Amino acid sequence: MTTVTTGTTTAKGSVGTAHTRVEGRDKVTGAARYAGEIPFAELAHGWLVLSTVARGRISSVQDASVLGMPGVLAVLHHRNAPPVETDYIGLLGVRPDPTAAVFQHDRVPHVGWPVALVVAETSEQAREAAEALVVHYEEEPHDVAFSGSRADAYPLDAHMPAVSEKGDLESELAASAVVLDAEYTTPEEHHSPMEPHAATAFWDGGRLEVVDSNQGTTWVAGELAKMFSLDPASVRVRSEHVGGGFGSKGLRAHQVAAVMAATILQRPVRVIMTRRQMFSLAGYRSPTTQRIRLGADADGRLRALEHHCLSLTSTVHEFIEPGAGVARAMYDADAHHTANRLVRLDVPTPTWMRAPGEAPGSFALESALDELAEKCGIDPIALRVRNEPERGPVSGLPFSSRNLLACFREGAHRFGWADRDPRPGLRREGRWLLGTGTAAASFPAGAAPSTAVVTAEADGSFTVRIAAADIGTGARTALTLVAADALEVTPDRVRVRIGDSDFGPAMIAGGSMGTRSWSWAVMTAAGELRERLALGTGVPPEGITVRSDTSAAIGALAQKERHAFGAQFAEVAVDVTTGEVRVRRMLGVFAAGRIVNPLTARNQFIGGMTWGISMALHEEAVRDQSSGGHVGADLAGYHVATHADVPLIEADWVDDPDPEDPVGIKGIGEIGIVGAAAAIANAVWHATGVRHRSLPIRPDRVLPGATGAPHA
Amino acid sequence: MREFGYQRVSDVADAVALLGADPDARFLGGGTNLVDLMKTGVERPARLVDVRELPLDRIESTKDGALRIGATVTNSDLAAHPEVRRRYPALTQAVLAGASGQLRNMATVGGNLLQRTRCGYFADVTKPCNKRLPGSGCPAIEGEHRNHAILGASDHCVAVHPSDMGVALTAFDAVVSYETADGPGELPLADFYPPVGHTPHLETALPPGALITGVTLPPAPVAALSRYRKVRERASYAFAIGSIAAALEVRDGVVHDVRLAFGAVASRPWRARAAERVLRGAPAGGETFAAAAEAELATAKPLPHNGYKVTLMRNLVVGVLTELAEEAAR
Repeated sequence: MTTVTTGTTTAKGSVGTAHTRVEGRDKVTGAARYAGEIPFAELAHGWLVLSTVARGRISSVQDASVLGMPGVLAVLHHRNAPPVETDYIGLLGVRPDPTAAVFQHDRVPHVGWPVALVVAETSEQAREAAEALVVHYEEEPHDVAFSGSRADAYPLDAHMPAVSEKGDLESELAASAVVLDAEYTTPEEHHSPMEPHAATAFWDGGRLEVVDSNQGTTWVAGELAKMFSLDPASVRVRSEHVGGGFGSKGLRAHQVAAVMAATILQRPVRVIMTRRQMFSLAGYRSPTTQRIRLGADADGRLRALEHHCLSLTSTVHEFIEPGAGVARAMYDADAHHTANRLVRLDVPTPTWMRAPGEAPGSFALESALDELAEKCGIDPIALRVRNEPERGPVSGLPFSSRNLLACFREGAHRFGWADRDPRPGLRREGRWLLGTGTAAASFPAGAAPSTAVVTAEADGSFTVRIAAADIGTGARTALTLVAADALEVTPDRVRVRIGDSDFGPAMIAGGSMGTRSWSWAVMTAAGELRERLALGTGVPPEGITVRSDTSAAIGALAQKERHAFGAQFAEVAVDVTTGEVRVRRMLGVFAAGRIVNPLTARNQFIGGMTWGISMALHEEAVRDQSSGGHVGADLAGYHVATHADVPLIEADWVDDPDPEDPVGIKGIGEIGIVGAAAAIANAVWHATGVRHRSLPIRPDRVLPGATGAPHA
Repeated sequence: MREFGYQRVSDVADAVALLGADPDARFLGGGTNLVDLMKTGVERPARLVDVRELPLDRIESTKDGALRIGATVTNSDLAAHPEVRRRYPALTQAVLAGASGQLRNMATVGGNLLQRTRCGYFADVTKPCNKRLPGSGCPAIEGEHRNHAILGASDHCVAVHPSDMGVALTAFDAVVSYETADGPGELPLADFYPPVGHTPHLETALPPGALITGVTLPPAPVAALSRYRKVRERASYAFAIGSIAAALEVRDGVVHDVRLAFGAVASRPWRARAAERVLRGAPAGGETFAAAAEAELATAKPLPHNGYKVTLMRNLVVGVLTELAEEAAR
């Protein structure tokens, strides 16, 4: 028996100091294995076959000829696949997207719907057979035409009510000295994580195991247990390293198809999505059409704010992109109306994508504020200061902390905003017109129940087990620092194991809630363990283990408006003779609670802002109206910012304490993208005098009207 | 994936003989386009004849002042060659404006001229395409054609040629050399790509089974002052939505000689001869440049969503010629 000491050997306060990723060396040397490259004996390979029509029925799957091809083991489709359960509510409070419940019927609701899985001895054989598989369809007319004038749009409550209405909008607009009425659009956008979705399923001693790349092993294990009617304890999902998720890596067709095939063949089966398949199987961000009406007094004080957001979903599952929600936290007005509406089309189901709601919503709202500032003749930051609310504009609740203005003050100082001439179209450098813009950012700071297990080992080290997910964020490292501080030891004595559903239920890496939720559970268990060790009891060879469950603590949190905030700044150069837009520099200053690891936090903020460049200038999935499918569904056709598009980006933060919050951490995974596209669009206006209300700001959109002369 | 044969050759005659008249065989250069197309099923060759080890990797000046570029010279080596940089700077700029460093290290001059369009319909075997499957239709005409042709297209195909290098080579009157089982031959690049017409699947005038052995640039003093400007939807690693290779020689304020070619506007690199005719002998100034652009673009037939290219090309002609004229005056 050994005695472990804490406290006395402490380097106090690892949280807040920069630490490189604990698994960084493994990742850069290739020692870290990703789901699609972990070897298994007797591994078979599945290849998904997707529909080529947008709507109709499968009349036949010509599997007989394919079954005779080299190496082919099985062809699963709607006539022979095992039934699965879809009538349940998952961890996140929603029903499963039927796109994941593969091969249950003959209906085809969109191009890229999974119609079969070909399983073979090698990946190459599976692919060749899958491409040879002939599927006949009874095709029906499809409708993929998304527009703001759809008569069949309807409001949908989701994690927020569809509609909020306060005050008499029309009379406040009528009484306003300045009125803005504008429509903004954003295109279909895709997550495109570097690592494609990949899962290997196998049965081991009566347990189903899935080695996967996902954002929450608890989540995916729970979904699979329900879908396959299994005891939750008999499903284990692991996901040790994840090469990006951004909202797309939950339960998807590949895991379900792999489980079906592994069950039928009784051997491990791996299914990996191709990049092109990801465009229809991995979810995406819906396009939006947003209408904003603002009414203000001459000094910019808002009397009326209306924000309507229309998005689309599939015919099989309701998912709404709540772009109008951001106004409910950002700005108050005497009349304040917001609504999120939905239209159902013959397209795949969208899903959460980095800052769902806030990303497209902030583009519209923060562009509109900039337009209002122009109309009122006041500085865009001064306009935001004038409209800073005391309480939640819709909820009436107090803010847990709101340091938006501190972000603007610090950002304006660093960016040199005070020297800015507000008039557009004046600055020229060679063929480039220059301009600067700003926008506000916000994202909810939530927490969800999680459990953690912390063990004091006999050798003096500590092991933390939690079903957290590190999707590239640095969560594993952050939790190491959090645990070290709670144990009052140095981080090198702490080993954090994550990505295994056997560690007990935990929140997913999503909603910017992961690190906040997991840290809470880790701090609770580690704190209790430290207190027990402080009693001086020795550590037995099996160690001392403490478990935590934060359900009650989170349930006891006071009702408040809890958000992170930020101020985005951008400088752009525009060549109006070619339509090229280049971002020259960006600065983001954030108020996001306690920053656990400045190194990975900065990485998260800058990553989000970089995506904001992509959103503003590049990203757009193009859907062919005739076929109902994508054109150019790969990373050559779907443009994201290259290194050459990304200039100097600085991200920093201001103090954002909340003494009443037991963890003090707010999520930082999503806020970096919020407002970034608006800041760039506002800078393009400042450079050229032309407003761009549709993303992306492509050369062909800049060219025709872009003369360099200011106009409304 | 489909299995295929692979043979490596070190002799031109062997390469030509090995390929023979087999329509399912392809020469493999850097593979930066062909291999991608094999992955997506657009190309399904039964055999590949790898020509990268052929002794065609040199750039040499000939006695008559021309520059002969071997077919297997990589894009990187071409762009870096001192004679290319000195005598044809727009060619270096064009090559460096394309792809990425890694791709340029692999891609070859011969392969560049034979690369296929990046039209999204052509690249997707689930969709119709007259170029890939003659007679199946061209969905781009009614569909997504923001980056399609405004010049020289037909009702059968509106795809554009993706090459940057080819635009500069076209401006400088390059001649393509090839080898066949019946002996060698030559084709001016101007005649290398036939008009689209109703046969968009017939992309070159090369005889069947021909192997490109090199490209010859005739002497062109005007090319010493030349420029390539590429416009694309992001700063790097994207195909042009409009590009221009231009060379200008001004004497006493008058255009003495000029070369002008456009990229991403047609099924082939587009030599702007109508513009050149307006320019030669005219005052080197904005009015002439604008008139030249108008002359070339008078025959443009934009589709509903690519009319911006007419504006873009007009601006590029005026902008780049103005820059060259200013440089010439220095």
